Amino acid sequence: MRIAKWLVPTLYIVFLMLPIYWLLSMSFKSTNEILGGFTLWPREFTLANYAEIFTDSVWYNGYVNSIAYVTLNTVISVLAALPAAYAFSRYRFLGDKHLFFWLLTNRMAPPAVFALPFLQLYSAVGLFDTHVAVALAHTLFNIPLAVWILEGFMSSVPKELDETAYVDGYPFWKFFIKIFLPTIAAGIGVACFFCFMFSWVELLLAKTLTAVAAKPIAATMTKTASSSGYELGLLAAAGSLTLVPGAIVIYFVRNYIARGFALGRV
Amino acid sequence: MNKTINNRAWFLVIPVVALVAFNALIPLMTVVNYSVQETFGNNEFFWSGVTWFEQVLRDDRFHGALGRQLFFTGTILLIEVPLGIAIALTMPKKGPWVSVCLVLMALPLLIPWNVVGAMWNIMALPDIGLLGHTLNELGIDYNYTRQPVSAWVTLIAMDVWHWTSLVVLLSYAGLVSIPEAYFQAAKIDGAKSWAVFRYIQLPKMKRVLTIAILLRFMDSFMIYTEPSVLTGGGPGNSTTLLSIDLVKTALGQFDLGPAAATSLVYFLIVLLVSWVFYTLMMRNEES
Amino acid sequence: MAKVTLENLAHTYFNRADGAAEWAVKRVNLEWADGGAFALLGPSGCGKTTLLNIMSGLVHPTHGRILFGERDVTGLSPEERNIAQVFQFPVVYDTMSVYDNIAFPLRNRGMAESEIATRVAEIAELTELTPMLKQRAAGLTADGKQKISLARGLVRPDVNLVMFDEPLTVIDPHLKWVLRSKLRELHQRVGTTMIYVTHDQTEALTFADQVVVMNAGEVVQIGTPVELFERPQHTFVGHFIGSPGMNVLPTEIDNGKAVFAGLPVEVANPLSGSADGKLELGVRPEFVSFGTDGIPATITSVADAGRYRIVDTQASGHRIKLLVDEGEAIPAQDTYLRFDPGQTRLYRDGWLATEGVAR
Repeated sequence: MRIAKWLVPTLYIVFLMLPIYWLLSMSFKSTNEILGGFTLWPREFTLANYAEIFTDSVWYNGYVNSIAYVTLNTVISVLAALPAAYAFSRYRFLGDKHLFFWLLTNRMAPPAVFALPFLQLYSAVGLFDTHVAVALAHTLFNIPLAVWILEGFMSSVPKELDETAYVDGYPFWKFFIKIFLPTIAAGIGVACFFCFMFSWVELLLAKTLTAVAAKPIAATMTKTASSSGYELGLLAAAGSLTLVPGAIVIYFVRNYIARGFALGRV
Repeated sequence: MNKTINNRAWFLVIPVVALVAFNALIPLMTVVNYSVQETFGNNEFFWSGVTWFEQVLRDDRFHGALGRQLFFTGTILLIEVPLGIAIALTMPKKGPWVSVCLVLMALPLLIPWNVVGAMWNIMALPDIGLLGHTLNELGIDYNYTRQPVSAWVTLIAMDVWHWTSLVVLLSYAGLVSIPEAYFQAAKIDGAKSWAVFRYIQLPKMKRVLTIAILLRFMDSFMIYTEPSVLTGGGPGNSTTLLSIDLVKTALGQFDLGPAAATSLVYFLIVLLVSWVFYTLMMRNEES
Repeated sequence: MAKVTLENLAHTYFNRADGAAEWAVKRVNLEWADGGAFALLGPSGCGKTTLLNIMSGLVHPTHGRILFGERDVTGLSPEERNIAQVFQFPVVYDTMSVYDNIAFPLRNRGMAESEIATRVAEIAELTELTPMLKQRAAGLTADGKQKISLARGLVRPDVNLVMFDEPLTVIDPHLKWVLRSKLRELHQRVGTTMIYVTHDQTEALTFADQVVVMNAGEVVQIGTPVELFERPQHTFVGHFIGSPGMNVLPTEIDNGKAVFAGLPVEVANPLSGSADGKLELGVRPEFVSFGTDGIPATITSVADAGRYRIVDTQASGHRIKLLVDEGEAIPAQDTYLRFDPGQTRLYRDGWLATEGVAR
C-alpha cells in the first residue's frame, strides 16, 4: 500500500501533462507541420510563433491587459469578500442565509445572453474599453466564490479564538490582521488563486467590454482564426504563454495552501 | 458555532452586495424584459407574456439538449468528485514535492477555454493528433468527428482533464487544515484508515466539498466554449449541450425572446438544484 | 496496569544531533509507579509535550527505551500500548453521538455490543455524561467535549496509562476547578496511572501526589508538592513554584560560612569543603522577616494580596521579596532582613549543594 500512495498523484500528473506537452510541442512547430501528419516532437523546431508574439504589440499588450484587470479583480474581490465572509461566519443577521445563497446564484446564468446587457450597462457609465470595467464585471462571479471559500475556512476557526483575543485586549482590526488572517491562510491562498484563474480565463465578458485599449489575451487569440483556418502554431504558443502568470500565482500561494491550521496559543 | 445576532454585521457585507448587485440586477432585468416581449424589428416591442416560455418548454429540441446536458453533468460529477478527493488524500502534505504537485495540477485550470477546446480538437484527430493517432494505432476504431460515442468519450475526458484539479485543490486545502490532534486521537483509539476518512477527514471537508460540487455542477451545466470548439455540438447534434443549443437558437433566429426565455429557464433549473443541494448539505450544520 | 519506566530517553526533532540546544528531551530516567497520580510540570518549550508523545507512542524517541512493567514498548504503536491521551483542545468525532464517541475505541477492538453498553454506561456515569448520551457530540460545550475525550480515554478496561496534555486550556476559568477536582476524584475511583502535563503549578500541585518538574529538556526534581515547595533541589524549581517564587541571591564562601552583602548567613546545608562553581542562596519570601539586625535593605514597594502582603526590597543591589501577614507592621524605608536558617539553602550551579558531590 505504501507504493500505491504516491502512484496515484504521479499517474494523475502524467495524465495532466500529456496534453500540455502536446500544446508545447505544437507551439514549436509550424502550422504546416501540425496539419501535415502526426509527429511526437517537432521535426522542424521553430521559434517563429513565439517571435511573432513577442514582437507584435497587439499580442503582448493582450497579456499586459489581461494581467492588469485580473490582478485588479483579484484584489477587489478578496478585499471585499473578507469582511463579508467574517460577517457570515460569526454573526446572524436579517436575511443572512438568503443573502449567502443569492451570492452564489450569480454564477448560475449562462453568459451568452447577458453579454449585451453588460455592454449597455458599462457603456452607460462610461467605462467601456477599460481594465476597470472588466475587473468590476468579473466581480459578479468572483466575489461570491471568494466569500464562499473564505467563509468555509473561517468557520473552521473556533469563535473562542476571537473571544480570547478580546479578553487579551486586542482591538478588532489588530486581532483580524495579526491573528485571524494567518489562521485562515490556506483559505486566502485558495480564494486568490481561484479568483485569478476564473478571471484570467473568462472570455465572453472580457471581449464584450473591451475594444482596443484593454483587449485581453484570450480575445487576441481568436484573431488567429484567419480566413485560411486557424494558425495553430501561433495559437499554441499564445496558449502556452498564458500558463505562465497563473503558474507564478499558484507558486506564490502554495505555502498558504499547504500550511495547515496550527492551533497554537493566542 | 454559536453566532451572535447582530444586524450591524450588514455593514461588513455592503461592499460585496453593492458590487454584485450592480452587475447582476440591471442585466438580469434586461434579460427578463426580453423574455416577455416580442419584436418585429424597428425596436418595437410587444408584450407576449409567457409565450416564449411555453414554446421553449414544449420544444423537443430543448428537451433533447436538456437530457444530454443532464447526462453530461451527472457523469462528470460522478468522476471528478471522487477522483479529486482520492488524489487530495494521496498528495504529500509536507516536503518539496508539495509545490511541484500544486503547480503542475493547477496548469490545466489556467488555460483559456478556447485553447483547451482547440488543443483537444487537434489532439484527438485520428490522423495527426497524439491521442487519436495512438488510439487508432492500438487498434481501437476511434473517430470523434464521426462517431457519437467517441465524441462523448472525448468530451468527458477533456472535462475531467480540465477541471478535476479544482476539486483536488479545494479538497487538499480542506484536508491540510485539519489539526493533527484529531489524527493522533484516532491512532490512540485504534481507528483504521477507512474510519479516519469517514469520521474525521470527510466531515471536516464537508464545507469545501460543498463549494467544489456546487461549482462543478454550475459550471458544467453552463459549459459552452470547450465543447463548442471541440465538437461544435456534433457529430450531428449528439453533443449539443444546453448552452450550445441556446447560442444556435439565438444566432439562428436573431430573436432574443426565445433565447432570453431559454436562459431564464436554464437559470431556474440550476437555481433549484443548487438550492436543494445546498439546503441538504447545510441542514446538518445548524443543529 | 503496571509501572512505567523511562530509560535514558533523549529526543531531537532535527537530524543533526550536534549542540545541546537541538535536543527537545536531553536525558531522562524516570519511573512512574503503578496507579499513581503524577504531574509533569514545566514552562512552555521544556520538552514535556515531547515526553508525553514519546510515552504515548506518537513520537519515536531518538534514544532510549520505554517499559510498561517488564515489557519494552518502545517500538509499539499507540493503540498497541493501550494508553489514553486527552489533548489540549477537545477532540471529538463530530458526526457521532456522545454514546458512539465513547464506544468508538471499544468497537475498534471488536468488543460485543452488550459489553460496550455496560462499559459506556459506567464511564458516562463517572464523567457525568449520562443525560447527554444520545446527543450529537458536536453540540456540547467545550468542557462537555473534554469530558467526552476523557471518557473515551477511560472506557477501555485494560488501559495502562492515562495522559493529559494541558486539558483545561480551553475551559472557562470558573469551570476549571470543577474539572480539576473531577479529575482527582476520577483517579481515586479508577486507580489507573495518570500523568498530567501542564505549565500551571496550581493544576499540577492540586492533582498530583508526585510532581516531576522539567526545564529545558531535563528533569529537575521529583517530589510531592510539599517537598517541592519546602526543599527545592534546583533554583529553577524554587522560582517556578510558589507565588511569588524563591529569592535567589549570589553568595560566596568565606571561612566556611556563606556570605551575602558582606554579612554571614546561616544556611541549612553549609559546605565545609571546596567552593567552586557558581554559588547562590535560596530562600522563600515566606521565610524572610524584618528584624533589628541582619542584612540592610530598603523597601521599594508593597503589594496587597489579600491575606498577606508582598514586600519588595532592595539589598546590596539585589531584589529580595518577603511575605508579611495581614496584621503585621511594615517598617518605613530602611530596615534589616533576617533569613530563617532552616529554610535557607546553598545552591551550586543551580543545584542544591551537597558535600563533596560535584554535580
